[in-house]
Amino acid sequence: MGDSRQLDVAAVTEAVRDLCMTANYDLPVDVYDALMAAAETEESPAGREVLAQLVENADIAAADRVPICQDTGFAVIFAEVGQDAHLCGGDFEEAVHEGVRQGYGDGYLRKSVAEEPGHARRNTRDNTPAIIHTSIVPGDRVCLTMMGKGGGAENMSTLSMLKPAQGWAGMADAVVETVSRAGSNPCPPVIIGVGIGGTIEKVTLLAKKALLRDVGSTHPDSRVAAMEDELLERINALGIGPQGLGGRTTALDVFIEEMPCHIASMPMAVNVQCHAQRHKTVTL
Amino acid sequence: MAAKKITTPLTHDVVKDLRAGDAVEITGVVFQARDAAHKRLVALIEAGEELPFDLAGAVVYYMGPSPAKPGNVIGSAGPTTSGRMDAYAPLLLRHGLKGMIGKGLRTAEVKQAMRDETAVYFAATGGAGALLAKRIVGNEVIAYPELGAEAIARLEVVDFPAIVVMDCHGGDLYEEGRAKYAREA
Repeated sequence: MGDSRQLDVAAVTEAVRDLCMTANYDLPVDVYDALMAAAETEESPAGREVLAQLVENADIAAADRVPICQDTGFAVIFAEVGQDAHLCGGDFEEAVHEGVRQGYGDGYLRKSVAEEPGHARRNTRDNTPAIIHTSIVPGDRVCLTMMGKGGGAENMSTLSMLKPAQGWAGMADAVVETVSRAGSNPCPPVIIGVGIGGTIEKVTLLAKKALLRDVGSTHPDSRVAAMEDELLERINALGIGPQGLGGRTTALDVFIEEMPCHIASMPMAVNVQCHAQRHKTVTL
Repeated sequence: MAAKKITTPLTHDVVKDLRAGDAVEITGVVFQARDAAHKRLVALIEAGEELPFDLAGAVVYYMGPSPAKPGNVIGSAGPTTSGRMDAYAPLLLRHGLKGMIGKGLRTAEVKQAMRDETAVYFAATGGAGALLAKRIVGNEVIAYPELGAEAIARLEVVDFPAIVVMDCHGGDLYEEGRAKYAREA
């Protein structure tokens, strides 16, 4: 036990509380810059007006410490826990939920979680539970990422169990079709996370994790980067544009995450993210 | 694109004059209502009971705000996806509703009801809730406070910016705008 680092879960609660608030007030700089750039290049006058509003909205939210969007989302927490960290002082997951409870309460964030959705559909009133994805990694640090995932864009996301014979062409068509059918619903310009491979539950997680990449970043594998570029070009040729009013800026970026899959399978998930891509990370 | 100034409640003539693509600035009272509130409103109509507000000429705003910080009228207050209210909208339109503010696609049934009843659908910018809140100067919950963000509120708006996406003549900016900018990849 000599090598383990003690970390009181109270620090986790405090970190999650702060992440929930700052993620909802401060649009990440990469997204902000992408909206600014699109406002310059968008051909549609209505589209330019929307993009200018979104930049102004981000400025107001940051200055007034109010949420960028009233849908402050389901709190999705990615926790990378170092295997040499010893979490003490309480239940780790409960500490995360408590951080969400405090952050959404103290931060004047909307409570958007309904319990017993199969029958009662009752608001839990504190935005808990969080969705927690924990992975054990080397080291003694705990890295926490909070993503506030709004409902409108999440509702437009898709899962396809394709046939291997459909190959990349079939995958690309399914991604473009997802964005095409979503139209104005998910608050374009959107950001598209694509998971390829794994199993039914893993592929959706890959798609969600893909959304954590910075807008404008290039995939380290040049073959995957080319696939992302192809999808972005096809999506932006759809004409949907900002808020679906018509224009060239339907998506700001497309990110792909890939992993091996069963020889019989070709799972693919498309996680649709609105332009208010709220996420923030802290390392304890 | 100069915005048309319109006031609520909406009249037949004002609605007739609005065309898909028109930018508008809305002043007056609009009623905040989303999923759970719509379910209750429709149940009241079907039971023949009185509604918490007068539907004649009314404009409903599909929105559930974040909580107001002390000293603010309302929290962030942008539109939610309208399609979830499509199951309820035709009945409300037949009972006098004239305008809907939201974002996103509507069913053929809603569009037909808009033509039949002379009603209009406006889009406000989704994800601009901090900006749109500045155009809301009054906020009073009038029904279902237990629903939290899904309660019905009477909102007073001044020069609230929106765009006509579907008009009472069958015009649809989502279709027209997309067709205009679509191209071969």
